[in-house]
Amino acid sequence: MNKKQNVTIKGTKDGLTLHLDDSCSYEDLKKELNHKLTESSRSNEDRLISVLVHTGNRYLSKAQEEELKELIRQKKNLVVESIRSNVLTKVEAEKLKQDDEIISVAKIIRSGQVLEVPGDLLLIGDVNPGGTVKAGGNIFILGALKGIAHAGYNGDKNAVISASVMKPTQLRISDSITRAPDENMEEGKREMECAYIDDENQITIDRLQVLMHLRPNISKLQGGF
Amino acid sequence: MGEAIVITSGKGGVGKTTTSANIGTALALQGKRVCLVDTDIGLRNLDVVMGLENRIIYDLVDVLEGRCKVQQALVKDKRFDDLLYLLPAAQTSDKNAVSAEQMKTLIDKLKQDYDYIIIDCPAGIEQGYRNAVAGATKAIVVTTPEVSAVRDADRIIGLLEKEEHVESPNLIINRIRPHLMKNGDMLDVEEITQHLSINLIGIVADDDQVIKASNHGEPIAMNPNNVASVAYRNIARRILGESVPLQQLQEENKGVFTKIKKFFGVK
Repeated sequence: MNKKQNVTIKGTKDGLTLHLDDSCSYEDLKKELNHKLTESSRSNEDRLISVLVHTGNRYLSKAQEEELKELIRQKKNLVVESIRSNVLTKVEAEKLKQDDEIISVAKIIRSGQVLEVPGDLLLIGDVNPGGTVKAGGNIFILGALKGIAHAGYNGDKNAVISASVMKPTQLRISDSITRAPDENMEEGKREMECAYIDDENQITIDRLQVLMHLRPNISKLQGGF
Repeated sequence: MGEAIVITSGKGGVGKTTTSANIGTALALQGKRVCLVDTDIGLRNLDVVMGLENRIIYDLVDVLEGRCKVQQALVKDKRFDDLLYLLPAAQTSDKNAVSAEQMKTLIDKLKQDYDYIIIDCPAGIEQGYRNAVAGATKAIVVTTPEVSAVRDADRIIGLLEKEEHVESPNLIINRIRPHLMKNGDMLDVEEITQHLSINLIGIVADDDQVIKASNHGEPIAMNPNNVASVAYRNIARRILGESVPLQQLQEENKGVFTKIKKFFGVK
């Protein structure tokens, strides 16, 4: 009797799904994958078939992932869509957690000081002129923003900046930069405002309340209330 | 054990030396034993403002390099019998001749003999600043109602907050011109205090007499009838823990009629 299969191929309407067993050795897996794909490859079809790879509880290093992708790619009309695994390395998990965290800081960021956080920033205090705050995600300032704020500095264009008093020297989101208008805006009583990148790739300042429509994923509350 | 207060500002020309001289003088007038330390090595001024230049024999660098004892370098101000002393800065060395540890040891030693050590800090945030702050336990930040001075004050406060041995700094707003402030052409006291969000310990009006007095080597605080002198004396009283209300700065030359009205208490 044949031993348990290490590679199972399933066809779905989107393409192929490869389930790779996580208890055999990587070498066996590679061999069997190669074998299975060769025997089932249909060279008469022209269209590309996208492949989703599930690796179960096996952890694949970047090099191994590349190797498998290469292996699958060699079979003419197969394209690897993504490789999914149930496991993450500690480093990846920590980074994910960091990027997702809101870090609250109660401080005044003074001239010459730079505050940098990997995830979202909640600043309870002011950013004075000459001071800079940077965040991988969004920036929320409960005080006055008079210095520079840089949200999404890793390239997240969806990041937003909001502040109770929005009087920045410069706003940066991802790689877009805008500066305060030269003439003083009307010194009326203004509500809390937010800045985001609009459809035309410009940084726009608007009422805070527009965010719930523009960036619904800021809400982390699951379900209704 | 005395207190060591560093007078700093970041920006030059806002009145650190004048403030140091006058706070020292005002504290001595209150009967405290005060030692003024000029740390602006290479560009000493405090001795000139105090009118003690011609009595200097040894200086700060001489003390730190062991060429003399502290007591030999201290210049006594004869106007205040045995209350006010000055440790002058060296004129011939530069700021890198001194290290922060040396300064700290020196200030700690002085703290045993004096109630207040007033340390006059050089402008800038380099070695000279670090030397001045090294031995201090309290700090006073001097600024003027100008955007650039306030910006530098903000920077200095940020740096001071990192020094764990220094308490949260106090603020002096110097050279206030009431009429400019009233017209909104100058940042006003409230605005500056709110912006820097540290405790305001005094405001000093811009007064011609201050410059005149400094040039004569007599700190203005010795003259009891001057508006700036009162301001410095008030600051000294606040340092001593008294609660003194802020001076009301008003425009001078109001005309005789207003003065009479004021005399009778009519608003």
